[in-house]
Amino acid sequence: MKNKIFFSVAIISSLIIFFVLFKGLQNTNIYTPQVDVKKDIPYFEAKIFDSDIVKNSNEIFQKENFYLLNIWSSWCAPCRNEHPILLKLKDQVNLEIIGLNYKDNIINAKKFLKELNSPYRLILSDENGIIAIEWGAYGVPETFLIHNKRIIKRYVGPLNMNSIIEIKKFIE
Amino acid sequence: MKYLKYILIFLFLFDLNLLNANENNSHSEITKNLRCLICQGQSIHDSDSEFANSIKILVSKKLNDGLSEDQIYIFLKEKYGEWILYDPGFNKNTYFLWLLPLLMFIIGGAIILKRFIIKKN
Repeated sequence: MKNKIFFSVAIISSLIIFFVLFKGLQNTNIYTPQVDVKKDIPYFEAKIFDSDIVKNSNEIFQKENFYLLNIWSSWCAPCRNEHPILLKLKDQVNLEIIGLNYKDNIINAKKFLKELNSPYRLILSDENGIIAIEWGAYGVPETFLIHNKRIIKRYVGPLNMNSIIEIKKFIE
Repeated sequence: MKYLKYILIFLFLFDLNLLNANENNSHSEITKNLRCLICQGQSIHDSDSEFANSIKILVSKKLNDGLSEDQIYIFLKEKYGEWILYDPGFNKNTYFLWLLPLLMFIIGGAIILKRFIIKKN
């Protein structure tokens, strides 16, 4: 009788362990960032692109309308692809697009904007990538939709037509 | 001349460079315990990706600002979640992880005790 109990306990516990480990196998081991986090924007100070003026986040995001913070770089190919989409959002009322120039060479960045036009109302520069980390970003391109100093949506990777529709829905 | 000897001994014993070496140590210790999120199976310390390099700069900046190791972990955990730490803390998601080996050890010990020691008596 005792042996039977011992045997079944052993089998059940090994089944549980097997199940847990098996489920763990199916989990991806690549970092998948959460996109629906509603968080306050971080406090940071940044230099304005191609100038020595420093502004902090409270000054940048002081209005009540929506902001789109786009992290971009001239060396990043997907940024080039998403650029037309940002240009489409440029004339949206109630939305200000702010660029964060990530670890870029200023001459190349200027060339990039001259060639493709600038959708940004304001460009901040992030020379060593620290500001992007304050935002919890992990690369370029990455875009944050902000309202009332809160992040309401995060797009990892280039924006596409679906994200335009979604962003427009948020603003209206 | 006599004093010079003492001054030299003092300088050797309390070499200020040692302080610097310490700082580097804690920097590499911290970055070794951080996972590079965009590389597979590499720590921030080992990786040379843009992301890892930025985190390294950030860690030195935070150390310069006087933040402790734990404060830096908390800061990064807030930004990127528990996944960025190689050494996960004890919370409701990791109870099982931390307690399972202990539980198995206790159960195994109980079995051994019952089988071999109590039976012998």
